[in-house]
Amino acid sequence: MDSLILSVRLAACVSAILLLIGVPLAYWLAYWNWRGKFLLEAIVALPLVLPPTVLGFYVLIALGPNGPIGKISEALFHRGLAFTFGGLVFASVLYSFPFTVQPLIASFEAMDRRLLDASALLGASRLRTFGSVILPLSLPGIVTAVVLSFAHTLGEFGVVLMVGGNLPGITRTASIDIYDRVQSMEYAEANRMALVLLIISFVVLSTVYGVNRRIGRRMWASWASR
Amino acid sequence: MGIEISPPVLKAQLRKARSGRTRSSFVLDVALEICPGITIVFGPSGAGKSTLLDCIAGLLKPDSGRIEIGGEFLLDVGRQIDVPPTKRRIAYVFQTLALFPHMTVEQNVAYGLADVPAPQRASRVKEMLEAFRVEQLANRKADEISGGEQQRVALARSLATSPRVLLLDEPLTALDEGLKKSIMEDLRQWNKAQNIPILYVTHSRAEVDTLGERVIALDRGKIISTGTPQEVLDSPRRSSLAQASGFENLFSGVVTELREADGVMRVRLVKGACEIETPLGHAAAGTAIRLAIRAGDILLATEHPYGLSARNVIAGKIISLEQRGTMFVAQVTADADGAVVFTVHLTLGAKRALELEVNHPVWLVIKTHSCHVLAD
Repeated sequence: MDSLILSVRLAACVSAILLLIGVPLAYWLAYWNWRGKFLLEAIVALPLVLPPTVLGFYVLIALGPNGPIGKISEALFHRGLAFTFGGLVFASVLYSFPFTVQPLIASFEAMDRRLLDASALLGASRLRTFGSVILPLSLPGIVTAVVLSFAHTLGEFGVVLMVGGNLPGITRTASIDIYDRVQSMEYAEANRMALVLLIISFVVLSTVYGVNRRIGRRMWASWASR
Repeated sequence: MGIEISPPVLKAQLRKARSGRTRSSFVLDVALEICPGITIVFGPSGAGKSTLLDCIAGLLKPDSGRIEIGGEFLLDVGRQIDVPPTKRRIAYVFQTLALFPHMTVEQNVAYGLADVPAPQRASRVKEMLEAFRVEQLANRKADEISGGEQQRVALARSLATSPRVLLLDEPLTALDEGLKKSIMEDLRQWNKAQNIPILYVTHSRAEVDTLGERVIALDRGKIISTGTPQEVLDSPRRSSLAQASGFENLFSGVVTELREADGVMRVRLVKGACEIETPLGHAAAGTAIRLAIRAGDILLATEHPYGLSARNVIAGKIISLEQRGTMFVAQVTADADGAVVFTVHLTLGAKRALELEVNHPVWLVIKTHSCHVLAD
């Protein structure tokens, strides 16, 4: 069960970090037009198509003692990031990036532009418009983004194996644990963990769909009256 | 206090090219001066009305031009002055109203008053809600109230900030007459004290008639006439405007003869043998023109009329008769050529009295001055 707790901890860290980075980035991508924008969009979507081993390989190199990020980490904390929980978080953030950013972009872009115009004409700054109009009305998209990145991180395997290896309690996540158990023929144990992951994933996804269908006014309302 | 305050006149001179794949491209090229009070901008869809308002509000940047209010420049492309919409103090009510759906009516109205200290803000909101008669809705969600109520809230919200100009983009089109009148009455009442220029954009002829003091007719990006509603509507010189202003009958024709002494000319409709007498236009014999006649300006007779001043009497046959609300719409073909179809509006009483039915022979009676000659 240690591995399951580790997985949940990892997923929680990753979705929190992604939310912090993803919201401003998605805002920028949704509302600004500039020449090289498509390149950034392609980079954001890259983890969707890249084999996890490829992403994991490069992240491992970057985190290693001779990689740029590894060097920074050495200088700051006197230790590298490869095969650590921190390294795992870093790799997972990259890997789940599109799962946060794309739902956010979609919901920002779906916003009625006249609401934003109205806000500006009433004297509101961009920041105020974002906080008072865009965010509350994008709540379903934000919930989707968080939940998807959480679920996606929970289920990842390749990247984690490449970057974190398989250190019990530090980098051995549930999906790797299951693989291990199958390798050593512990089918009953593997089944238990697999079932738990399956149930969590199902609950999470049905939450997304349920929320997106019913959240609507009720949740906006409670948000706005705060 | 002896300080002269210049009247808040809105002056704008704008040029903006618009191209679109779905909508026709046009160049908005206008110069206007809007005094305090309601001015209607009237024109068919695609005439550039919303583009004009968006430019004034600062949501679109014109290619060239200037905008000033009471002597203060909001835009001067040449001098690189471009005050952002947040600082223009221009209120704008969109066709969609754009109320914030997740906020209450009160929160919507208070939105533009963020910089005002709380006590003043509360009393200002209350004052605006009362002026537009929505105080009982203060705590309702903006998307839970009726269309007319939303219009009132949208007006209250945009006027709460004491703007220098109010722009209205067809905000009342969807409402019934009574509601529309009462909202406009409240707006007029409010503007008695404020006295700011109000630009009201519409493509509806009925709204021009009921709301307008001054009208600017816009077509394909250009101002084609200005004046009172009567002056502007009665002399449409472009056929797209004629369609918008409720000329149900539009015909292509050729001028066959000028009778300058009588101030009239004869026009043969392109489709057939029908000839119609019209006032003299700026057209020589042989030129192609467009002819616009309102369905309400055509009389029907069941027998050949005589002793009439009307110069156009055309024999025809009713091919369809349809009740629309409190009137009948008749389609009448001219005997001379079945391809020419006139649309005629009749009152219920007239239809009853004449016992009109489909296939009845009738005579169309049209006064010379009910025939408007348009430059195409």
